[in-house]
Amino acid sequence: MPVKHVNNVPVWQRREPIRQYAIWAGWMLGGMLFLLCWKVISDNTIWEFMSDAGTQAGSLIGRMIPPDWSITGSLMMPLWDTINIATVGTALGILIAFPLAFLAARNTTPHPALRAVALGIIVSSRSINALIWAMLLVTIVGPGIFAGMLAIALRSIGFVGKLLYEAIEEIHPTPVEAMSSTGAARTQVLAYAVWPQIMPAFAGISVYRWDINIREATTLGLVGAGGIGLQMNAAINNLAWAQVATVFVLIFVTVVVSEWVSAKVRHAVI
Amino acid sequence: MNPAGTGNESLSAADQQRIDQARQGHWRPLPLIRSRHWRWIINLSVLLYIVLAWLSVDVNWSRVAQGMERGQEFVASFLQPDFTSRGGEILTGLWESLTMTFTATVIGVALAVPVGLGAARNIAPLPVYFFCRGIIAISRTFQEIIIAILFVTMFGFGPLAGVITLAFATIGFMAKLLAEDIEDTQKEPLEAIRATGGGWLQWINYSVQPQVMPRLIGLSLYRLDINFRESAVIGIVGAGGIGATLNTSINRYDYDTSAAILLLIIVIVLMSEYLSGYVRKWTQ
Repeated sequence: MPVKHVNNVPVWQRREPIRQYAIWAGWMLGGMLFLLCWKVISDNTIWEFMSDAGTQAGSLIGRMIPPDWSITGSLMMPLWDTINIATVGTALGILIAFPLAFLAARNTTPHPALRAVALGIIVSSRSINALIWAMLLVTIVGPGIFAGMLAIALRSIGFVGKLLYEAIEEIHPTPVEAMSSTGAARTQVLAYAVWPQIMPAFAGISVYRWDINIREATTLGLVGAGGIGLQMNAAINNLAWAQVATVFVLIFVTVVVSEWVSAKVRHAVI
Repeated sequence: MNPAGTGNESLSAADQQRIDQARQGHWRPLPLIRSRHWRWIINLSVLLYIVLAWLSVDVNWSRVAQGMERGQEFVASFLQPDFTSRGGEILTGLWESLTMTFTATVIGVALAVPVGLGAARNIAPLPVYFFCRGIIAISRTFQEIIIAILFVTMFGFGPLAGVITLAFATIGFMAKLLAEDIEDTQKEPLEAIRATGGGWLQWINYSVQPQVMPRLIGLSLYRLDINFRESAVIGIVGAGGIGATLNTSINRYDYDTSAAILLLIIVIVLMSEYLSGYVRKWTQ
């Protein structure tokens, strides 16, 4: 027990002195790094713009309230598009991620080289935001919902693939051994020993990703990939902040509903 | 299903049929949804949805065919990424992104801790709880890019708007997960510190903090990783970082540079993921 003697009276200490100094040094270094980074940011900031930030924020909020409800009707179609982008995109992503996860899991992969390739695809897809995928796809397939769906799908592959292959690696090996010992083929082992064990996780992951995708799909319009983001972008470019506020309210409601649905479904399956 | 030996009378006709078939060697797994009507309704509605969704998509196939060439170009550019011809801009952007990420994560986590404490039902009074949950809901609903648009309008172009955006998004993420973790803590240590007459700060410091610290560190590192990925995006709307460079290169169809930036992002994310996995193992 670390003890410090003050006037010959032992006083309890939480840590050994060396450990205490190490922790202090860590905080010191972290603090210095933070200040250094802050200096870089501060050098690149035009502080004159900051001086009237309060007024700017005030007038921005002032122009947003009250929201312009008259455009709500014309926003329903873009909202439907947004939901379609998220749902179809998720479905496409899952279709590709599902076999990929089996290739990437250590216990089901047919060959280590294939596993490396699958992991590479999963990491690349996960590292890049749906919005960047959308920017690329808009230049390739042209602006519209189709580019948005593909972007959401590409981003979902990595997310669903990673969580699913981790779930596959965590299954109990006993049912797999039991199936194999009866002479079942590889696909039969997958279907009757592996699949029932990962099904709840699979359903949970899919719905969770769908919920995230609804959120991401609301912004894809900013780069021309369809959905309610297009209307938002147009309103922002016209500085029609009252309309922007309406879009925000609609996005908020949609996201809250989708989160509720996703929580219900995950609660039911897990 | 009935346990064995309770008599076959309570089995439904369909189950009995299944068992008879299985005895003859035709076994099929149980359907996921027992009721046949519901199975039909669900299948039909999925089909209906696919048709409806497909109708709302109008793919311009001639445009896609034209774009395919560009798609091939893009894929090919991953094999020969061009790090040098825009090297200076890439470096500046990357450096700015990294500093933004670190600063925003530190500020965000520092602010998320009080919000997280306030949003934990077992230690916060009801009004504080609702206030903090409100902050979390707003911060989590809107994507970073939307928040970035607002902050760029308020604070002008540059990395400061980006830092504030990322910090704001970090608050929602961290505070929600932290609050859930606090709600899951064991309540005996909380009662014990209370019983010794410790003040509120001592109570939090000695009973709550030790229980949530490993997870808090793990989540902070995870968020660092997310913030870096997001910093590549918010540059599109003028909030600084590598995103602006990436956006320009894509709009110029300069795919060799885009591929170089994307590869750098992937490598940095991989490195940080590996590192955070290591640190998490060490703290737990």
